Amino acid sequence: MTSTDVTGVPPSPPTGRGRSVAAWLHSRPRAQLGSLLAGPLGWMLLVYIGSLVILLINAFWDTDSLGRVQPWAWSLDAFERLITNDVYRTIALRTVGVAFAVTLTDIVLAFPIAYYMARVASPRVRRAMVVAVVMPLWAGYLVKVYAWRTILQGNGLADWVLAPFGIDGPGITSLSNAWLVLSYLWLPYMILPIYAGLERIPNSLLEASADLGAKTASTFRRVILPLSLPAVVAGSIFTFSLTLGDYITPDLVSDAKFIGNVIYDNSSLGNLPLAAAYSMLPIVIMVAYLLVARRLGAFESL
Amino acid sequence: MTESRWVRIGLRIASVGVLAFLYLPLVILTIYAFNPSRLPVWPPTGVTLHWFGQAWENAAIRDALGNSLLAALGATSIALVLGTAAALAIQRHAFFGRDTVSFLFVLPIALPGVVTGIALRTTYQTVGLDLGLTTIIIGHATFCVVIAYNNVIARLRRLPRSPEEASADLGADSWTTFRRITLPGMGTALVSGGLLAFALSFDEIIVTLFTAGPGTRTIPIWIFTNIQRPAELPVVNVVAFLLLVVSIIPVYLAQRIAGDATAVR
Repeated sequence: MTSTDVTGVPPSPPTGRGRSVAAWLHSRPRAQLGSLLAGPLGWMLLVYIGSLVILLINAFWDTDSLGRVQPWAWSLDAFERLITNDVYRTIALRTVGVAFAVTLTDIVLAFPIAYYMARVASPRVRRAMVVAVVMPLWAGYLVKVYAWRTILQGNGLADWVLAPFGIDGPGITSLSNAWLVLSYLWLPYMILPIYAGLERIPNSLLEASADLGAKTASTFRRVILPLSLPAVVAGSIFTFSLTLGDYITPDLVSDAKFIGNVIYDNSSLGNLPLAAAYSMLPIVIMVAYLLVARRLGAFESL
Repeated sequence: MTESRWVRIGLRIASVGVLAFLYLPLVILTIYAFNPSRLPVWPPTGVTLHWFGQAWENAAIRDALGNSLLAALGATSIALVLGTAAALAIQRHAFFGRDTVSFLFVLPIALPGVVTGIALRTTYQTVGLDLGLTTIIIGHATFCVVIAYNNVIARLRRLPRSPEEASADLGADSWTTFRRITLPGMGTALVSGGLLAFALSFDEIIVTLFTAGPGTRTIPIWIFTNIQRPAELPVVNVVAFLLLVVSIIPVYLAQRIAGDATAVR
């Protein structure tokens, strides 16, 4: 493209090969799009989708008596073991159960503070509170799990606080620890979307509700709650998915095995086809969860 | 609608309670870092800087820190380039399958980390790639692309198109327009996306444990291994505390950027 005809001022002459490539691309939006997409799309397809496909294939490979993978020997053994062995069903139900419990706990804990931030606090307090909620997210994941471990373990803070009441501390074996610590870890991911969702509700709707005679409680139940549902669902994607895929926290604060522990333990030394087959479960659960979440309008709140 | 006095008081108490819950473990950790006792027993027995010296002299920690910084730097660079290209393609062009492509970029963060981890590990083994720093960087870059992509695309949606059109009308080619108009417009989004990607990579362990070879330790892997060794716990306390202190820097920078952005608007 030449622009001398428009302005009368000659543009600086193109120099170097880069310039001429840019000029060539400029007149061809499709080629421009292609060159932009090639890198990221290639990476995602090759590295990520490719890996998922290889994982899927591995789930159908046989193992010999020593547990070594036999490539290209097709078998449904891994899936059969997962279905017939009660242990794997228990672990799956436990993981999904804790994921739901964590999500519910985080909704209950997040709603009041998010409501306070969005509708009660002054702008200055609100800004400070957003920073205060975001800050623990930047503190390392392992740092926080480790901190809880020192609190919960024998002779730790929990023991010290409970001792005067004659109660033993929780130790680092019980499943409820995993629930507590995972709820703690993902809480900011629930507070932030609910806060954003509540802040978006126009005041005029609440005034209309009050003008029409609704009391505070019924305005909350019939206007605020339904309008904040997409934000709650958006937050729950994080709390649910992150719990579903965690294996470090259950390992460090409890004795309970999660889906991730079985996958990790079998990935290097144990039965790789079994680990591969088992990892299809969180994929299927998350895809189903995302489809439901999309129907509830959560994606607009992300 | 105005909340009654009692509702406000109740909400305030609940908010303070939740904030206390969020900060309790961080406070406890800070106290333990200065505890002279070898065992994490409550209450602490005094105040000392002894373990900071021990941490400083620990070669394994320095080695792990180097690996973590290299991995985060590598993953962030790849993520910024790929994420920006993807955001430009999706925001500035209409094409068949655009929704599918944009869903593809979000997938690595929506699916549980353990799936990404085992998928990558299995692939590395299948194609015969030795586990090490490179395999860690590839894994981290894959989920960091989403972060860069999200930050840049959010900015592109708000950037007016007219300066770009004006630039083209005045005879600038695509590259010049990108370099002199679009790129400065995306500047702070790139910085905040880069910060977030860097922090995410630096902190990652769920995927990293799958993609790191036995010889390559990052800081999270070093902590994870040493948590199970009672003799090392005082030094783990110090490292965890230092990470906590360092994590204030990106929060501060992000606030500065956000403040500048609102000042410009």
